[in-house]
Amino acid sequence: MSDIKITVNVDEYLALNKFEVDEGRAHIELVEDPDMAEFLKLVRVCPAALYKVDEDGKASFDYAGCLECGTCRIACGGTIVKEWGWPGPTMGVEYRYG
Amino acid sequence: MSDFDAIVVGSGCAGAIAAYELASAGKSVLVVERGNFAGAKNMTGGRLYTHAISQVFPDFEEEAPLERRITHERISMMAPDANFTVDFTSDDMLVSGQDSYSVLRGSFDSWLADKAEAAGAEFIFGIPVEELVKEGGRVVGIKAGEDEISADVVILCDGANSLLTESAVGFKRPKGDTMAVGIKQVIELPASVIEDRVLANEGEGAAWLFVGDATKGHVGGGFAYTNKESVSLGIVATISDLATSDTPIYQMLEDMKAHPAIAPLIRGGRVVEHSGHMVPEGGRDMMPPLVADGVILAGESAMMCVNLGYMVRGMDYAIAAGMHAGRSAVAALDAGDTTAAGLTGYVQALEGSFVLKDLEQFKRFPHFMESTTRLFNEYPVLVRDAMNTLFVVDGSPVAPLKKSLVPLVRKVGVMNLVKDLWKGMKAL
Repeated sequence: MSDIKITVNVDEYLALNKFEVDEGRAHIELVEDPDMAEFLKLVRVCPAALYKVDEDGKASFDYAGCLECGTCRIACGGTIVKEWGWPGPTMGVEYRYG
Repeated sequence: MSDFDAIVVGSGCAGAIAAYELASAGKSVLVVERGNFAGAKNMTGGRLYTHAISQVFPDFEEEAPLERRITHERISMMAPDANFTVDFTSDDMLVSGQDSYSVLRGSFDSWLADKAEAAGAEFIFGIPVEELVKEGGRVVGIKAGEDEISADVVILCDGANSLLTESAVGFKRPKGDTMAVGIKQVIELPASVIEDRVLANEGEGAAWLFVGDATKGHVGGGFAYTNKESVSLGIVATISDLATSDTPIYQMLEDMKAHPAIAPLIRGGRVVEHSGHMVPEGGRDMMPPLVADGVILAGESAMMCVNLGYMVRGMDYAIAAGMHAGRSAVAALDAGDTTAAGLTGYVQALEGSFVLKDLEQFKRFPHFMESTTRLFNEYPVLVRDAMNTLFVVDGSPVAPLKKSLVPLVRKVGVMNLVKDLWKGMKAL
């Protein structure tokens, strides 16, 4: 992670969006113990910064805050992204401007 | 007997207009949109060229929720510490049918859906279509939640991240070098402030693209579009190349907002939305088959989008494709044949229109950009150094221009410059 530079807190921006999080089901699922090189790709490409690596090098992913763009499905659909579906009915992000 | 003559999946530019055409011709049509209203899941840069929408709704300029008429085209070569901008204005850009408007999809798509509904289309909102129903290889309907709903023809307008096109036409998940990711923030500012900052008259505005430091030298670029009371600011970057960057896309956007060329544009503004969306950019070669038995693809689900660096287009392709999809579906329904053969009128109509001609014409350009990394690195720096030579005065005796400029060009390589220019020309 040391070579990836992050100073912005995207969670603060996501808090400005309207979301109805589908608590019942994760619409994106990763494989267990994802390969770190693949995970770091998702750190770089996900516009919502949902893929994070902490100071100890531990990877974490939270589908809440997903913008439903599908970029992780394209980047790692064949590797560490195991399942990619839509959030349940009426759930997920709701853009007010778009 | 099917439940509907036609089902349209997705109420964006393509879907709403396909539904409008079908309903206007007296067909029964159901639109299934996963957002709680049309536009709720959609995002654009963005700017709409009017030539396509005016074919469907000649009076759209009075009715549609348009943001600003674009009167300034700006392109910038951005170095970390400098920025060189071309600002183009022209009366030709203002001629009806040649002009363009910034739009926001929440309001714009709602307006389009209202037009389809007024023409008689039925809508279901808030339900994602998870599966197509097929019989003997033919698409005969959709599965939404627990319900199966049948139709003689299904029109897929479910966007760049369609999860249905593989089942519909065998289209495999696109590769990361044919897709870009877009990130955008909508930044609120008073209308008069926006007009003053981009030198525009009331109701008018700018489309502005940035190449170079916006993406830290990676393939892609930054964009800024002025809306009525906000600026849409963002970045588009090719996924496979972005995945190798030291800087994540959200950090690129944050850094771009602080760049001396951008910061004064958004100073005092308030971020009100943060969004993401994919952009297909592989051209004709990456497109799926446009029809199969019982099904038509239109808009970004069919990868109808071009990114030329100085211009990004998708909505006018989607609108034209939606129009042709709707009209061709009506003809196929009237003829009682919605097999792939019965739907070929759609493909022929697109081949005869700007849609497939453009996607064919520009199909080599994405490869040109990806293989010409100097565009994003050396050239913005070269332009900065050349401009510094011209404009920076420190009182020391001025060297002849030739003597100061030639070494700068040599640093990049004269042949590289000539080759890249030639390659770029050939790809356009």
